[in-house]
Amino acid sequence: MRSTDKTTEAARVMSICNACRYCEGHCAVFQAMELRLEFNADTVDYLSNLCHNCGACYHNCQYAPPHEFALNVPAAMAELRQENYGVYAWPGFMGKLFANNGLWVSALSIVVIAVFFAATAILSGADFFAVHENAFYGVISHNVLAGTFGAVGLFVLIALGASVTKFWKTMRLPGPFVLDYGRVLQGVKDALSLKYLDGGNGQGCSYPDDKPSMARRWFHQMTFWGFMLCFAATSVGTVMHYGFNLPAPYGYVSLPKLFGILGGIGLIVGPIGLLALKAKADPAPKGKSNKGMDVSFLFLLLMTSVTGLALMLVKETAFVGVALSIHLGVVMTLFLSMPYGKFVHGFYRLVALMVFAVEKNDHKAVVGVCEKKKAA
Amino acid sequence: MKTHHDHYDVLVAGGGQAGLIAAIVAAEKGARVCVLEGAPRTHRGGNTRHTRNLRPMHLGPLSVLSGTYDEEEYWEDLLRVTKGKTNEKLARMTLRKSTEAVDWLESRGVQFQPPLGGTLHLGRTNAFFMGGGKQLLNVLYRHAEGLGVEIHYDAMVTGIDIEDGAFKGLNVGEHRVTATAFVAAAGGFEANIEWLKEAWGDVAENFLIRGTPYNRGTLLRMMLDAGVQQIGEPDQCHAVAIDGRAPKFDGGICTRVDCVSLGVVVNENAERFYDEGEDFWPKRYAIWGRLVADQPNQVAHVIIDQKAKGGFMPPVFPAVVADTIPELAEKVGIDPVQLEKTITEYNAAAQPGSFDHTELDGLHTEGLAVNKTNWARTIDQPPYSAYSLRPGITFTYLGVEVSEKAQVQMASGKECPNIFAAGEIMAGNVLGQGYLAGIGMTIGNVFGRIAGSEAADYALNR
Repeated sequence: MRSTDKTTEAARVMSICNACRYCEGHCAVFQAMELRLEFNADTVDYLSNLCHNCGACYHNCQYAPPHEFALNVPAAMAELRQENYGVYAWPGFMGKLFANNGLWVSALSIVVIAVFFAATAILSGADFFAVHENAFYGVISHNVLAGTFGAVGLFVLIALGASVTKFWKTMRLPGPFVLDYGRVLQGVKDALSLKYLDGGNGQGCSYPDDKPSMARRWFHQMTFWGFMLCFAATSVGTVMHYGFNLPAPYGYVSLPKLFGILGGIGLIVGPIGLLALKAKADPAPKGKSNKGMDVSFLFLLLMTSVTGLALMLVKETAFVGVALSIHLGVVMTLFLSMPYGKFVHGFYRLVALMVFAVEKNDHKAVVGVCEKKKAA
Repeated sequence: MKTHHDHYDVLVAGGGQAGLIAAIVAAEKGARVCVLEGAPRTHRGGNTRHTRNLRPMHLGPLSVLSGTYDEEEYWEDLLRVTKGKTNEKLARMTLRKSTEAVDWLESRGVQFQPPLGGTLHLGRTNAFFMGGGKQLLNVLYRHAEGLGVEIHYDAMVTGIDIEDGAFKGLNVGEHRVTATAFVAAAGGFEANIEWLKEAWGDVAENFLIRGTPYNRGTLLRMMLDAGVQQIGEPDQCHAVAIDGRAPKFDGGICTRVDCVSLGVVVNENAERFYDEGEDFWPKRYAIWGRLVADQPNQVAHVIIDQKAKGGFMPPVFPAVVADTIPELAEKVGIDPVQLEKTITEYNAAAQPGSFDHTELDGLHTEGLAVNKTNWARTIDQPPYSAYSLRPGITFTYLGVEVSEKAQVQMASGKECPNIFAAGEIMAGNVLGQGYLAGIGMTIGNVFGRIAGSEAADYALNR
């Protein structure tokens, strides 16, 4: 099992917390911690992905810096998460991209948007700045679009699937076909409701300062459901196109449009709210190494919805080519960075919360328990 | 440090629970209030930062508390631990007024947590703060600021001016402030080793202070020197046996070692000295600090075997581990021959029976100079673990005498008209000795409310 600065620090912090336990009411991290005496890499990977970085345990900690124990649970967990996202990434060497994530995501977006500009300009030739009768499919044909994004989407699915599988196995969950979903249902509910951004008492997390607030939970829900609605819009559109021979553009009172507009608004308000809270927040509990990863992901989500809505507004003008190039570039960057950026956090958190549902129910540690002991 | 005004209606020294509550109550009554907190902002709140619960009397379920905990049962508990060293009138008033504590705090934003895991067995008597005492502090500081209470950090009172039993003003370094009424809530003197030595002798050099390093008793000493009536004995304090590797100051709760009853405890001479199985936590917890303080160099070692592992709250530092008793003794730094002899004799004296850590199981030894009366399993299954122990002082009981109105009494018998006290600085009025979980915060809460209210009334001429 690996041993790094980040796993060592998380284990040190948890050993002290486990002797204190004042924070056990706040969230799943501490309740899972109490089922254990030792903290190996698998265990701290698990605990770090249970942590929602709500900050309550930092602001309420009697051992927070400048105390000589210098406890900062959320920061230790945030930095460890950034490391273990890389550890579980597929293919393995791509995990290195988590180290300077903000930098590579930014660089990628520049390259991809530039490529889209070039490709669109070459494909559409003199018509780049022109009004098109069939909106943006006049600039790039639907089949080219669907083919490019389909291929990238397939790769993203495989990469994400392989990463999550690796994590799933480390978390000791039974395979997806033999899993008793009733036992992990609470974990799915806790993930979807962002239960652990409630501070433990339903008053909200300590974010951006020590005062409990629901703002982060609301903005995160807008971001998540906004993203899901946009995803639904695209999916419905694809089905309508290929299944029912109903190609875009769609009217405002159509499923793709309703989903897209609603989702787009959520995906504007949500990320702006989260970015604003992040800018205001006390930097100490956020972790030092992971800010680029967090911010670049939020910014990509925001740009996806902003450019998407902009494209909808200008699709019948001469700017459709420009808007389309930017939007597709942003979306492609988001796609490509999905397995190698902050996007993965949702999957790992979901899996960790599913395991926690089992551990809590059985009152017994599952993850990281050494095999020898299990046999004995 | 410089206050915004030269004069206040109410001046509060100390920004722990008691001082903040006094300040809030006075401000809510319309007084102009200033709080002087001796610690920097990061360490604000005195020992409240290390607390976790208070103990309210209640008839029927109350907030997170289940069942009933009435005055008689509470009083019996207090009488038992203090062995009568309490002022019944003040104590009973404290118990009665403790009922309102939870509601008072909750209505100002303090969060309590439902009983969970390690707090389940105290779900009837003790109300636990969500996240611990620092959560309470953060909320109360925010609330006080919202009421316009002026708060200064790093503002240790360095001089106090009491004339004929009346408060005139005080100094924080060069800066002088006056006030119509004064609330003394600046804690005890546990971090003042010199003062502890006056009561304990040189052995106090070897004490670890679990509480805040800022409770040096400066204000308490100045008040006593100015003729205020003392209450309590200087050697009375909350003293528990904690991990010998804990920080000198500020170690708090996590430094406790809770496996004494599961093993044997030896001193530096590798000899046992007290019945490890006498009673349950928390009584056991509260006596072992004094027991260790009486041993050579104020050191002891608790020794357990593999059977005990996982059966107690995990200590903050790892155990010293070895496969044989002599090897363990070498690692710990005590005589291997003597330790092996002690353990062998103990094992031979252990009587058969069944072990049950959840009750006084009567599993005992026979024929030893110091017998173990419960949970006396043999120590024979390697690997063996040892934790070193030292006395850990959490807070002190010597303080200033107060009336039911939290008014400070002079040694001359006179009552100070405008000096009030709350919290650890006067806890000895109610708790002269012993300890009851959550009683310190209960006293601070009740007297904080009384002191704030009385001080405001005096200052505003009501």
